[in-house]
Amino acid sequence: MTKQGVGARLPRKEDDRFLRGRGQFVADIRLPGLKDVAFVRSPLAHARIHGVHIPDACRGRAFNATDLAGVKPIRAVTTLPGFKVSEQWPLATDKVRQVGELLAVCVGDTRAQAEDIAAAIELDLEELPAVHDMVKARDPGSALVHEHWGDNVFLESFMEVDIEKAFDAPIKITRTLSTARQSMAPMEGRGTVAHWDHRKEQLVLHTGSQMPHIVRNGLAECLGLNQEQIRIISPDVGGGFGYKGILLPEDICLGWLAMRLGHPVRWIEDRRESLTAGANCREHHYSITAYADRDGTLRGIDCEAIVDSGAYSSYPFSACLEAAQVVSILPGPYDFPAYRCRTWSVATNKCPILPYRGVARTGVCFALELVLDAIAREIGMEPHELRLKNLVRPEQMPFDNITKKHFDSGDYPQALNRAIAMSRLDEVRARQAQGEADGRLIGIGHSIYCEQGAHGTSVYSGWGIPMVPGHEQATARMTPDGGLELRVGVHSHGQSMETTFAQVAHEVLGIDTARIKLVHGDTEYTPYSTGSWGSRSMVMAGGAVATACKEVARLAARIGAHLLQADLAEVVIKDGFAVAPSGQVSLQEIAHTWYRRPQDLPAGIDPHGLESTIGYKPVRDTGTFSYAAHVVVVAVDPELGDIEILDYVIVEDGGKLVNPMVVDGQIYGGLAQGIGTALYEEMQFDASGQPLASTFADYLLPGPTEVPEPRLDHMEFLAPYTEFGVKGIGEGGAIAPPAAIGNAVNDALKGIGAELLHSPITPRRVLEAIEAAKVAKLAGSVA
Amino acid sequence: MKPVRFDYERPVEIGAALALMQDEGRVVKIIAGGQSLGPMLNMRLVQPELLVDITAIPALKRIEDTGSDLIVGACVTHADFEDRRVPDVTAGALAGVARGIAYRAVRNRGTVGGSLTHADPSADWISILSAVGARVILRSASGVREVAVEDYMLGALAADLNPGELLEAVRIPKCSASARWGYFKSCRKTGEFAHAIGAVLVDPDRGVFRAVMGATETRPILVIDRAALFGASGFSTGAAEEVAQAAGMGDLLDRRTHAVALRRAFEQADAA
Repeated sequence: MTKQGVGARLPRKEDDRFLRGRGQFVADIRLPGLKDVAFVRSPLAHARIHGVHIPDACRGRAFNATDLAGVKPIRAVTTLPGFKVSEQWPLATDKVRQVGELLAVCVGDTRAQAEDIAAAIELDLEELPAVHDMVKARDPGSALVHEHWGDNVFLESFMEVDIEKAFDAPIKITRTLSTARQSMAPMEGRGTVAHWDHRKEQLVLHTGSQMPHIVRNGLAECLGLNQEQIRIISPDVGGGFGYKGILLPEDICLGWLAMRLGHPVRWIEDRRESLTAGANCREHHYSITAYADRDGTLRGIDCEAIVDSGAYSSYPFSACLEAAQVVSILPGPYDFPAYRCRTWSVATNKCPILPYRGVARTGVCFALELVLDAIAREIGMEPHELRLKNLVRPEQMPFDNITKKHFDSGDYPQALNRAIAMSRLDEVRARQAQGEADGRLIGIGHSIYCEQGAHGTSVYSGWGIPMVPGHEQATARMTPDGGLELRVGVHSHGQSMETTFAQVAHEVLGIDTARIKLVHGDTEYTPYSTGSWGSRSMVMAGGAVATACKEVARLAARIGAHLLQADLAEVVIKDGFAVAPSGQVSLQEIAHTWYRRPQDLPAGIDPHGLESTIGYKPVRDTGTFSYAAHVVVVAVDPELGDIEILDYVIVEDGGKLVNPMVVDGQIYGGLAQGIGTALYEEMQFDASGQPLASTFADYLLPGPTEVPEPRLDHMEFLAPYTEFGVKGIGEGGAIAPPAAIGNAVNDALKGIGAELLHSPITPRRVLEAIEAAKVAKLAGSVA
Repeated sequence: MKPVRFDYERPVEIGAALALMQDEGRVVKIIAGGQSLGPMLNMRLVQPELLVDITAIPALKRIEDTGSDLIVGACVTHADFEDRRVPDVTAGALAGVARGIAYRAVRNRGTVGGSLTHADPSADWISILSAVGARVILRSASGVREVAVEDYMLGALAADLNPGELLEAVRIPKCSASARWGYFKSCRKTGEFAHAIGAVLVDPDRGVFRAVMGATETRPILVIDRAALFGASGFSTGAAEEVAQAAGMGDLLDRRTHAVALRRAFEQADAA
């Protein structure tokens, strides 16, 4: 390992501008003649539209669906059999199906003025019964979100393997569990600045996007433009987590406005819009029965799960990414012989559910891991011993599990054992037995998961969604003075790519990372890519950068061989030099020769120069499997229901870590979000489908005082199929915490007989569970 | 999320502020620290035509010692209490509570008068100032009147403020050397509004016993009869729950949480 290459804890190149407040986000963009946009949004969750009347005084500054005639709706279709299609119009036409749905778009000199215009638009809406409960949404007679479907089910998914063989197991545990609807809360909300470039005859849309090329696909389809007529620029992005991968109706409206009005327009999402109308995610409901032997051996899992998909199928991931994935990922890292799972993606009168860091895995991990602990309590076993009995073992690798997921590598039992050892389980158990002076109850809990990342063509072709990742391309290009430009189609929304891709290039070419510049976030200058999602950027674009740099090294070696008067076979590229037995010449000199002194080159020199664009796929593209064991110690106040995290341990395997410091940052951030899921974050709705939180006063996020500093340990089992052996790790931190914390709380409360099965675990829910346990105990003693 | 267009005045005398409030042609709203009003303006929950900023009025930042009481101007900030720029007359109670209000950024601007007049039941000042027996001084063009803090709040987001009337100051009675206080709030996270508050002041030399269950759905519940909370074996959580129920708190777990918060406030007072 060099000081700057793969594996180095290199300080982030991005930090200088971010720490000085010099980042450039969408809201920092100023264009001459820029006007601000505000939307008229539906105040009702479900209503028939009789009219969106624009007063004469607002004509030319406000537009409704009639004005947007010709613009096509967003259609995020999958080829999965039985999938029902929704059409999300940029401005609603016949019905509104969620609070916050767009009805009109208004343009003012300032946002305040645009909001004044919006307030003057008259709505004629006929309220319809709202579908707000995903469980009841499947009842016959339920109101229908999309009438012509005949029910409220986007998609039903099913898998069964020998489930009947589990039915004679001596231990049978059934639980109903759920995770709340959340709202992703990137520090920077969504935002779009759009204008028409008359010189290029091109719509230029600046939007903080994880997936600029995918936005262009969708925008071209909806606006009826050719792709070369659209340029997407994604500047600095202040967190995305999935929300900024989605094509929003707002983006389409802004594009239309820029073309119609001929001056730049800007929409900067405010927090109320983000919470109530935008970034919703996570809402799952599970009924699980687990079968086991008395020694803790898992015999089978039987599950029915529902995901509240909201009103529309979002682009490009569709409405069924979560529920359909639940079927394939519920077994987690466990090896057991019988399985049945049926899931429904259910339409409701809420915002579309969007993929959020950990997509589906957080709910799955919560459901399965809490059920496993329930088994352990039932048979009186330490939960980690029960897991060790059932985890996939290192000697089974690579391992195809019961749903045919291909586990590439790793040692799951070792991760769990190391985490348990770090948490000093025995000491915690002793403290627990002794009791606390302040009356609080100590609990220890853990969870383990696997995170499939960078899954490619072979996985996504089966989904048939509007986006299937293929070869990931990168460009590497030397500059005349010996620097290096990298161009990638993925985009950083906090992943430190300017640093880590430079490290990858440095590893191959030895060029100082200070001289390596990453070009990304602009469809004009970067190769096509599905973008940054699914923990794929380092595996895929990192692999592509390495491959392109190797090609540049090969090209440089040819020039070097000529300059050194050496045989090409003798030349190696090392530490920024072409080295041969006869001497060495720097890449800088080689670049200078190619660009500035071509007269020094022989006639037959390779015309590719010092530039390469090349595609990359791992040897096998079924995905990398990173994983981690989380162990948490909590103190629960049984009088108030408050929970304090006393200790948090994470042992993680991300394969080769390109920059361990960046990986640690990913884990810290993910953990904070996981703690949010576990204890704080909840988007509640009333029966009419009204969201009950519209500010951070009502939607609680964990802050610095709520997030402990975890104790981390890394394992590096190299991925067998990827460049350097890297695995995707971007999401894992957010997957395990709700399960680990839930298990810790249930461990603390086991003496009382209370059990928490719904996240977030609020003080209220803790008190209700304790109360229910007392009532049950009382009823038991009376009987 | 931008406010409607409004006019803005920042007078330097109370008289000028009161005169502006008389403006019958415009909807007038007073702003002090703006820590609650700011977001409400941005969300257009409040749509004033004239905003009168009273933070430039020196008289409203005044602190006066009358011998028996401390008079603290309406625009004194939470941070002024926290940093002890306000002299301590309550055995450290007000500084101690101020330190836990929201976040430092809020405390730098948020004012005691603004908090009381905004009348959020979950806010800290309404509970602790009720416990220490403070009164608000209300001024209008026609004169001055005083109201006990616990009576000033009529209900959630409603203060006993007549048209044209301005909260000028808070009168805080001085505690004796025998005074003990306790304050416990149950929050889901640091800086969040509380969902239960217990606030206690016991001052034997002055014959004062005041216990408050705050962060209710409405006004704080004040108990000045020790026997209503204490039995032969000390503080009775059950008795406190009954007091809460009698005051209209319908939910069992809510009552229990408030009773526990009050008990912990007493434990803190005892330990002092």
